[in-house]
Formats: sequence, structure tokens, C-alpha cells
Amino acid sequence: MIEFRNVSKVFKTGDKQIDALKDIDITVEKGDIFGVIGFSGAGKSTLIRTVNLLEKPSSGEVLIEGKNYTTIPEKKLREAKRNIGMIFQHFNLLNSKTVYDNVAMPLILAKMKKSDIHTRVKEILQFVGLSDKADNYPNELSGGQKQRVGIARALAPNPSILLCDEATSALDPQTTKSILELLKRVNQEYKITILIITHEMEVIKQVCNRVAVMEDGQLIESGSVFDIFAHPRTVTTRNFVRSVVRDEVPESVINLINLDRESSRIYKVEFFGTDSGQPVVSKTAKRFNVEINVLFGNITELQGIPFGNLIIQVIGAHREVEDAIQYIIEQNVEVKEVEADGSQHRVNDQSFVGNIVHG
Amino acid sequence: MEVSIELMIRALWETLYMVSISLFFGGVLGIFLGILLVVTRKGHILENKVIFSIVNPIVNIFRSIPFIILLVAIIPLTRLIVGTSIGTTAAIVPLVLHVGPYFSRLVENSLLEVDDGIIEAAQAMGAGPFQIIFRFLFPEALASLILSVTTATIGLIGATAMAGAIGGGGLGDVAITYGYQRFSTITIFITVVILVALVQVIQSLGNIFERRIRRV
Ligand SMILES: Nc1ncnc2c1ncn2[C@@H]1O[C@H](COP(=O)(O)OP(=O)(O)OP(=O)(O)O)[C@@H](O)[C@H]1O
Ligand SMILES: [Mg+2]
Repeated sequence: MIEFRNVSKVFKTGDKQIDALKDIDITVEKGDIFGVIGFSGAGKSTLIRTVNLLEKPSSGEVLIEGKNYTTIPEKKLREAKRNIGMIFQHFNLLNSKTVYDNVAMPLILAKMKKSDIHTRVKEILQFVGLSDKADNYPNELSGGQKQRVGIARALAPNPSILLCDEATSALDPQTTKSILELLKRVNQEYKITILIITHEMEVIKQVCNRVAVMEDGQLIESGSVFDIFAHPRTVTTRNFVRSVVRDEVPESVINLINLDRESSRIYKVEFFGTDSGQPVVSKTAKRFNVEINVLFGNITELQGIPFGNLIIQVIGAHREVEDAIQYIIEQNVEVKEVEADGSQHRVNDQSFVGNIVHG
Repeated sequence: MEVSIELMIRALWETLYMVSISLFFGGVLGIFLGILLVVTRKGHILENKVIFSIVNPIVNIFRSIPFIILLVAIIPLTRLIVGTSIGTTAAIVPLVLHVGPYFSRLVENSLLEVDDGIIEAAQAMGAGPFQIIFRFLFPEALASLILSVTTATIGLIGATAMAGAIGGGGLGDVAITYGYQRFSTITIFITVVILVALVQVIQSLGNIFERRIRRV
């Protein structure tokens, strides 16, 4: 659908040279809601702008449905752009025109018949839930409503791709959520492939199925949202994941860790897609002669699958506790023991054997 | 010696005639040059170093010549265009060349005020340069352009007063010939009152239109 092949972009300002994109390779499949996340200046906007050629790559190519648009004539390119809608952080609506006229604009540019424009605008305003605002001007709307107009305008010419550059960054969390819900509907009902640029992991978590992480113009990690959240490989990615799913051990829990490790130990149990944390915990408690307290939990959902961690205190005889933990590990759950200094180390089968030997 | 009412009315008419005709042609010239100054500048939709570096200094040259000198300096050109170098119609040629470049700077400013995001959105939806200029930039800059027209019109009224130098007539001419040269204080007073009223009316109209377009 959208393929970035060795895309690089160099900006030359005066005698300074900025490598905004360095050899980017990404493939966005049809039907994806693909997220690109990175800090400010990472090159995200530059990347998304190469898709509709607001920015021409210095080298490499961007293929849309297999076609490279840099080589086609200007006029054809303008027509091709109708296949790619775009929405912006600051909406970029015409303040001098009504909601209706804003949404109609791309159709007017395409020289569509007036009656057809009317039908299409009504239909699309209905879809974004702004039928009653057709005659209002943008400055009479809230930020969320303005972005809905932006979405309606982008969808009007029936594109197959929607580009979103920080589309929710100017909105509050509640409004962000409703706009993201709308984008999901756009993806599902109109079968539109969506490319989202953001610096908020929350956005990726809420709507994307695949994600790429950018830093300093480079692609540092990419994959399914689930994999990236479960196994971030770089520090940057891990920090982004942490902004949504806290995985550090809270102070209050650390204070609970006493020196009496014989009778009570604290573990962090991480779930990536296992049915849910709770059944494992309660099953373990039933099966072994231990008491399990959930001290802290951070479970969220990624595309309908539970994801996160529980910090549990396991109380019981030393041997019994170790067997219980062994059992949990066998359920395909990752377990880390929490130390008094807040550090965590993985409890895998081998170290466990070691523990048993020592104990 | 006092001036007659008819004379005053005729002078007012001559002023309005010169202002409106030169506003029209000067407006067209100004809009054309203003668009060129905007779209050919670096990083804009039709970036063109050659055109920009020709238009920009030409506009500056015309802007820096005092009107009274321009009036005299271009007499041969005026004769070529309207067949005569004196009279009300002859005054229109220098007035157009005076107000056009002036107005082009105002248009330039108005168009540059439009948020870059609008152009980006236009380009993203596949608008060509003409569509961007007339369907995006102008509608968005309209309120500001109205104020520019108002400013240019008032500037023109001032300039027409000097048109008397080449027999252009108008209120300024009356004030100088009757008021200054024949010491008629009352004539100066009346013409000043009329000019002030004219400027007030134009400025108010401009403000009303501007507010209506901005919907505030
Ligand atoms: N037109 C330009 N001319 C020169 N440098 C540019 C231009 N556009 C972007 N850059 C530079 O390229 C780099 C990447 O910019 P870009 O806007 O793509 O970052 P971003 O990831 O979108 O950041 P943000 O989150 O702040 O929007 C930055 O260092 C920026 O200064
Ligand atoms: Mg950006």
C-alpha cells in the first residue's frame, strides 16, 4: 500500500545540512492503522509528507500501491493526491468558509457536479456527526469538531489512504479518544489505510495495529503494536511504552519488602496476551499453600488483548512459594522478583533451579 | 473671492473620478504585482528567483519616488497613453503608477498573513497554483485585503490633491488655487472638511466590510 524504500531526506539551510530521514524502510499494508512515533525533530512529519509529495525524498522512493509518484507529471500528481487524504495538528481549515464549503473544497477542485458535491458533503458530514454544523464557520467550533471537519474534508474525495500528522496533539484526552474512535471507524467502514504520526504512545495504544519508532531521522524499531509493547528493544521505545504502561515498581511496594524473605516475597508478573492476570493468580493460590496479595496492578488492553503487569506478594513456606512461582512461569507468564532496592531480576527456570539448590 | 457651490461639487466629482479610476487600474496592477511578490518568493508555491528579483526592486523604486516628482517625470509616458499630459484624465496615469506598487506591498502583506497550513492543506488536496491563490489565499486574506484597499484609497485621495500641478482639478486643486494663492481661508476650510469627511466615510466603510467578513 505505502512502501518507503531507502528513503532519505536532506535539508540544506545555508551551510548547515540536516539529515531529516536516513534510509527509512517501512511497508504499510492495506487496511493498517500504522503509527509512527518519535520525539520532536525525529523526522516524523518529513516522513509523512513524502507520501503525498509535500516533500520530495532526496534519495530512495515512496511507492503508493506500487507506483512512484515522483516521476509522474504535475497534473497527474494532483489527481493522484485525491487518493490520499490528510489531516493536520492545527486543522488548517479555511476560516472564511463554512463547514459545508470546507468539506466541499476538494470536490470543487476536482470539478465535481454541484449536485453530486451536495450529496457527498451531506453524507460525509453525517458520518463524522456534524450534520447540524454545516452552516457554521470553523471559529464557531471546538477543537474536536474542527478535527472532524478536517477528517470530513479529507474523506470527501473517497481516498484510500489517510495521513494524520499529530492530528490529536492539540486536543484534550477525552476529545483525542473520540477522534481516535472516529479514525477507527474510518478504517473499518471505509476500508481506508491510515498512517498516524504522533509523539504520544497513548495514541498508538488506542488505535494502531502496527508501529514504527523513529529517532534522529532513523527507524529504530518497528512491528506489531503488541510485540513492540511486549518486547521493546531500545531504550527510547521502552520509555514510550512506559509512558502508557508503567512498569517500575511503586515506592509503596518497595517499602513493603521486608528482610524476612523466608515467608514473604514480592514478584512482578507480566502478561502479554495471556488470557488475563487474575485466573493465573487465583489458580495458583488455590493449588499451593500460599497466600497471594495483589499489591499493584497495571493492566491495559491492546487490540482487545490484556497487557500489563501485576505486582504480587506471595506469602507462605519457602518451598511452597518457589513451587507456586514455578507454576506461574509454566503458564507462559514472565515473572520477575522485586528486590528491596526496587530492582527486578527475571526468575527463569534455570535461576530457579539454582535457588532451589541453594535453598 | 469665495468659491461657488458648483465649483466645489465639480471638484469633488473630479477627485472621486480620479480616485475611482486609478483605484481600479492601480488595484489590478497592485494585485498582480502583489501575487507575484508572494508566490515567487523563496519557498513559496511558484518560487522564481528571477521574477522576484525583478519585481521586488521595481516596486521599491516606484515606492520611493515622491508622487509630485513621479507626476512630472512620466509626462512623456502619460502623453503616450492618454494623448495629453494635462487634465484630470492625464493625472490618472501617474496615480495608477503611484498606487499600484504601493497597493502591491499591502496585498503582499495580506497574503503572507495567511497561515502556511492553509497552503499545505491545499497542496495536500491537489490544488494547483491558481486554485491555491484564488480559492485559498484570497478568501482567507479577504478581510485584510479590504483594509488594504481602504488604506490605498485614502492614500490616493491625498495624491490627487497634487494632481492640480498638471491641471488635474479636484479638491486639492481648488484648495491651492483659491485658498492658498487667493488667500481664501474659508475655501481651504471647506475643502479640508470635505476631504476629512471623505476619508472618514471610506475608513468607516472599510472597517464595516472588514468586520462583516471577519464575522466579529
Ligand atoms: N523545510 C525544512 N527546512 C530545513 N529543515 C527542516 C525542514 N523541515 C524539517 N526540517 C528539519 O528536519 C528535522 C525533522 O523535522 P520534522 O518536522 O520531520 O520532525 P518531527 O518528528 O515531525 O517533529 P515534531 O514532533 O516537532 O513535529 C528537524 O531537525 C527539522 O528542523
Ligand atoms: Mg511534526
